[in-house]
Amino acid sequence: MASNSTREPRTLIDKLWAAHEIARREDGAALLWVDRHFVHEGSFHAFSQMKARGRTVAEPGLTFGVADHYVPTHGRAAGIADPEIAAMVRNLETNTAESRITLFGLHDPRQGIVHVVGPEQGLTLPGLLIVCGDSHTSTHGAFGAYAFGIGASEVAHVLMTQTLWQKKPKRMRITVDGKTAPGIAAKDIALTIIARIHADGAQGHAIEFAGSAIRALSMEGRLTLCNMSIEAGGRCGMVAPDAATFAYVKGRPYAPKAADFDRAVEAWLALPSDADAEFDREVTLDASAIAPIVTWGTTPDDALPIDGHVPDPTGAADAARAQYVREALDYMGLKPGTKLTDIAVDRIFIGSCTNARIEDLRAAAAVLAGRTSKVPGLISPGSSLVKKQAEEEGLDKIFRDAGLDWTDSGCSMCVGINGDIVPPGERCASTTNRNFRGRQGRGARTHLMSPAMVAAAAVSGHLADVRPLLAGRKV
Amino acid sequence: MEKFTRLTAKACPLMQPNINTDQILPARYLKWPRSRGLGQVLFQDLRYDADGKPRADFPLNQPTWQGAKILLAGRNFGGGSSREAAVYAVYDAGFRCVVAPSFGDIFAQNAAKNGLVTAIVSEADATELAAAVAADPERAVTVDLEQQTIICGSRNYGFAIDPVSRNQLINGWDDVDLTDSYRDQISAFKVEDRIRHPWVAPGDRARTTRTDLSTITQCRRRHS
Repeated sequence: MASNSTREPRTLIDKLWAAHEIARREDGAALLWVDRHFVHEGSFHAFSQMKARGRTVAEPGLTFGVADHYVPTHGRAAGIADPEIAAMVRNLETNTAESRITLFGLHDPRQGIVHVVGPEQGLTLPGLLIVCGDSHTSTHGAFGAYAFGIGASEVAHVLMTQTLWQKKPKRMRITVDGKTAPGIAAKDIALTIIARIHADGAQGHAIEFAGSAIRALSMEGRLTLCNMSIEAGGRCGMVAPDAATFAYVKGRPYAPKAADFDRAVEAWLALPSDADAEFDREVTLDASAIAPIVTWGTTPDDALPIDGHVPDPTGAADAARAQYVREALDYMGLKPGTKLTDIAVDRIFIGSCTNARIEDLRAAAAVLAGRTSKVPGLISPGSSLVKKQAEEEGLDKIFRDAGLDWTDSGCSMCVGINGDIVPPGERCASTTNRNFRGRQGRGARTHLMSPAMVAAAAVSGHLADVRPLLAGRKV
Repeated sequence: MEKFTRLTAKACPLMQPNINTDQILPARYLKWPRSRGLGQVLFQDLRYDADGKPRADFPLNQPTWQGAKILLAGRNFGGGSSREAAVYAVYDAGFRCVVAPSFGDIFAQNAAKNGLVTAIVSEADATELAAAVAADPERAVTVDLEQQTIICGSRNYGFAIDPVSRNQLINGWDDVDLTDSYRDQISAFKVEDRIRHPWVAPGDRARTTRTDLSTITQCRRRHS
């Protein structure tokens, strides 16, 4: 181990990496220790691979199961009607039970979306290395954890060994300084970053989000931001832990207690990047210039401020881009030059690991209170505990009074595999993370935006700037 | 895993940028076990229209490109979801190599674990390769992983690939076997880490096994 006197300044990324490196090969691959491993219904390939080798789970105490991708959001008590979907949920129950893995299952009061449940239960902590067979595992980086999504072979490897081979990514710092305007959410910051650096801009990089506008975000906001790291192509995204992080963690069911907690905080305080640490790439943004933003196309970098217009392929930089824009507009059923606020929506969705935490629901409720949605919509809280809290705060009543469907928790209409889909050709204003073709259902047209902006679209019947709707309201 | 050193085959161009894993394998097929034939539903929604009719302009629907083992793709191929089944679908449809200007990180990593080469070329070279095979679909293209070159007619194109993935593909390495050879280092790391960061263990310590405790005690003795 290097002595302190010779140690070079290190970034948060370097510190987290070094703390988990067991060994390194000549070709640069490092064997990393995994502190937390989350599995979900989709992890069945990995359990099969493990069983095929006659192996067992190395560390069941560090592995947690969550039923989220396939769970119904309606009529849960009656069971799952679709036999294939029911089998997916049952499979997870069997696999976790056989391996003595704690499961937050379909009927557990703590059930929810894995990236909401982890932080909520205090399983997600600063300094940890966290993996899950889901690309949005980057979410947990909000705590100053090194968290990333992996494929089934790697899930199987972690199950069998509690370790993972990885090559250290390059380090990117995205600094957002200044103060955001009222009505601007973490989602607006995330989409602005992605529009700037593009959907593959952070490929091969781990991202640290820094700057005064990031520090000013709540933990919920930081979770949204880190969640979207993967939409910028990043391997993972993180925010250095601070007082807000520690306050969030303290007292959570699985978080360290008493003297252990104090000892942990001491260690966590050493995690932030050293002042003169170097990054491989730096990007800076001015927070005050960020406007409410919506997507118009079929990748998350097709994002524009709400006062903008649908792009015209004839104005594209080159022929390839023109063709891309033409195809995206064709899929989205949009005409070049249309004002974004003239785009009528057919439905709305508030949910997903990106934007279904209590703060997101409060932001939507602030707009919806006393108003009626002009379109149908579904609001699926990030976890069953978020649902309970929202109901205690009376938010469910606001949503129901607005004419929206208040449901149970799950991935729901973000990925559409539990049966909650946007019908073909319909347009949905959504708080989710991907506006890919067919993401919310075959032929579905998705516009990504913040929860408040989705609420604005609901009460307007078209994409709308939330700011005038918040005038005179307490947010 | 099957080793990959060199392949000579037909190459099919599919040059749209940002073909993400939702396009490669729509989410509704994620319930399928691999044995059900994921190769048949590769690019399903790009390949077939809403009525299930093949789209004539989609390359994989054209007789010309049947039997292709190399896929020439646009920028940011395989971004998005971590679904490894997207790699299974590409592989099970017969492809052994995808050539593109860039790949989603997780897709590339999943590919290396499954014997699928992800070769990174410049935008200009990708365009040139696509034009060459479009002009002469029967022209065989050679991908040489050891030399990191693609040979098409008289032209030779260098490609990049993560050296770790390259090693794995050339040797057909199985990660788990390799990791098992590090067993002692892993055990030592675990014990040391529990002493250094006792707060990392989730919840009560009931899960710490008796063996762990005795190892920790021994380790503490060594440290004191």
